[in-house]
Amino acid sequence: MIDNRSTSLAPAGNVRQLIRPALVSAVLFMLLTGLAYPLATTGLAQLLFPVQAGGSLIGHHDQWSGSALIGQDFKQARYFHPRPSATTGTDPANASLTVDQPYNAALSGASNLGPTSKKLFDQVSARARAYRNENHLAAAALVPVDAVTASASGLDPDISLANAHLQVERVANVRGLSAPQVQALVDKQTSPRQLGVLGEPRVNVLQLNLALDAMAARAVATP
Amino acid sequence: MSLDYAQFAIVVAGMLLLVGAGGTWLTRVLTSPHHGSPERLTYRLLSVDPGEAMGWKRYGLALLLSNAAMLLLGYLLLRIQGLLPFDSLQRAAQTPDLAFNTAASFVTNTNWQSYSGESSLSNFSQMAVITFLMVMSAAAGIAGCAAFIRGLSRKCTNDLGNYWVDLVRVTYRVLLPACLVLALVYVWQGIPQTLTDAVNATTLEGVKQQILMGPVASLEAIKHIGTNGGGFFGMNAAHPFENPTPLTNTLHMLAMLLIPSALTYTFGSMLMRRRQGWAFLAAFLVMFVGFLALVYHAEQQGNPMLTQAGADQQWSALQSGGNLEGKEMRFGIAQTSVFVAVTTAATTGSVNAMHDSLTPMGGLVPLALMMMNDVFGGVGVGFINLVGYAILTVFLVGMMIGRTPEFLGKKIEAREMKLVMFAVLAHPFCILGLTALAAVWPTTAASLNNTGPHGFSELLYAYTSGTANNGSAFGGLNTNTPFFNTTIGLAMLFGRYFTLLPMLAVAGSLAAKKSVPEGPGTLPTATPLFTGLLIFVILVVGGLTFLPVLALGPIIEHLLMSAGQLF
Repeated sequence: MIDNRSTSLAPAGNVRQLIRPALVSAVLFMLLTGLAYPLATTGLAQLLFPVQAGGSLIGHHDQWSGSALIGQDFKQARYFHPRPSATTGTDPANASLTVDQPYNAALSGASNLGPTSKKLFDQVSARARAYRNENHLAAAALVPVDAVTASASGLDPDISLANAHLQVERVANVRGLSAPQVQALVDKQTSPRQLGVLGEPRVNVLQLNLALDAMAARAVATP
Repeated sequence: MSLDYAQFAIVVAGMLLLVGAGGTWLTRVLTSPHHGSPERLTYRLLSVDPGEAMGWKRYGLALLLSNAAMLLLGYLLLRIQGLLPFDSLQRAAQTPDLAFNTAASFVTNTNWQSYSGESSLSNFSQMAVITFLMVMSAAAGIAGCAAFIRGLSRKCTNDLGNYWVDLVRVTYRVLLPACLVLALVYVWQGIPQTLTDAVNATTLEGVKQQILMGPVASLEAIKHIGTNGGGFFGMNAAHPFENPTPLTNTLHMLAMLLIPSALTYTFGSMLMRRRQGWAFLAAFLVMFVGFLALVYHAEQQGNPMLTQAGADQQWSALQSGGNLEGKEMRFGIAQTSVFVAVTTAATTGSVNAMHDSLTPMGGLVPLALMMMNDVFGGVGVGFINLVGYAILTVFLVGMMIGRTPEFLGKKIEAREMKLVMFAVLAHPFCILGLTALAAVWPTTAASLNNTGPHGFSELLYAYTSGTANNGSAFGGLNTNTPFFNTTIGLAMLFGRYFTLLPMLAVAGSLAAKKSVPEGPGTLPTATPLFTGLLIFVILVVGGLTFLPVLALGPIIEHLLMSAGQLF
């Protein structure tokens, strides 16, 4: 049997021989994998899928109204409301302060509160109360969980069907539409599971609200 | 709910379908005698001889030095970020401790981030530092694994292959082509790929919204194929731009599993012991499915506190229900749970939900998977760890039946056992030691986002993730302080090289041995019985080392949550 000690302790060779390839390879691979690869991908992506590569923006070049993939904050009663968002931003009045700024797409963020956090419990309780008031639900009614919990990105564009359906009556009342009319719009804007199985059925709030505004505009145009 | 199980089945079936093709491809790359012309040109530029046979020390030294050079280059680029042009948002350079932490993190394939991507890095840094280190750390991990497999398959030799050849081939023939294709699929699904920094929009309610973007798809592709995990944005793969649809979520998972699972097949092919490869893959799968069941059940069950606060967590046709704090609607509970299990099993660290907000038992799963560090494991190193445990199993069983332990036709002797035990013990030593240090460090309390046992879990998670080179976090913990940046940076380096190098030494030592013919006393290692024993040893070793610390964190939190205690 070969004595493994003596053979495996064969000299590692001249260290200096390895320094040059180590340094050159770092620079070479930085250029190849850090610049050539992403730039080539960018070129191809802009050619093949220009809209998606540019962030799936909605609106026109002179005034974008958002991205189809990024949620927006809606507070007005005439719009469907998104999930709570825990993103923050700098206070416009004082740059050294950080304030709550829901759906700040320049700094994604989550609450990161744990399951036994008192703060989380209080937040969820307050959101549930507000949701019941807004949508005229019974005082003890349970509220869809997505309507009272903050999303992971703070930019979640979607809500659950249960959540959307509970908001139909409010939106219809404020806009002077009938509930079945608005419900039909929600159904039309509902995305099914992808390929019939992946993910959850859901409603994109920005797209739904855009469709609502478009419907209202049509109603004005053809009285 | 049956659709939830169908989604799990799709991930597992997709992975198994890719094992054969991926494994064959990798085997060809690692064993082919031919060099392509771009490769020859690269060897000339580096002035290395591709024919040089390296022993384990030379191979390990080349790996270390090249990683050190890349760490240095990455550090420098991060430090001069503020001086470089093209960034319309003029993001400042990282501080020295943060830049060290970032460079160490990405060169070790950990991808721990003490910073938030969108506010801290320019698009140039996202490409030239982050994407670059993601590709090369993955290539180095696969190279290390290739040398390791050669060590097991050869006899009476010192030759473990050539580091530069492995590194270059894996980069040119595997990672770059696969990433380019996957990145384009990602763009089709909605992931941006642009050099624009930001777009200013006006929302329907008239509020200004600044939407940040950049070359995201090319980063996402290598982030998952290379089991890296660092996000372009702070909220990682939960951000709609990093993971816009359930399909991208599924592709992320398959990409993470691709190379770790294919390596079991490559191993079987290179050793001409196919059954052994499948036996290891079976061990991966059994543990994976068990942990997936645990996290899915805990998250779907939800948090009793949320029900008390007025949330309806019941599953219905109209909602996924479950604990949705820190989760995204499009993924619901099913796609989130399986992502949690995959990202920590494959030690990627990409997250599509905030692990800090998981239920206690749901949060225990990623912790446990990283503590074991060998259910799939990161590209290359996870497999090496599993073989370490296999050697330990052979040794323990050998003790029980009173025979000299043999593994793959080689005698396992004192030297190999010492090295294996060093690698097995370095991991818990680093995690537990540093967690203990952080727990008594005076400034720690100021960094915690949660108090009570969950605060302790935040610390434990940070060092487990760093040492296991995972990179996911209980994100509430503010680790951008000199203490955390330094200690977690060290944990990442320690965790990477103190398991990789001892196991390379084992490979070197086994390669030098001659093989012994199988006799009646040989324990067959490609049987279901051995797979069962292997899982048993992993769970016992993991359990003995980590159960006490888990009891102080998630387990006690689970009991307190059931009792209605808030902090």
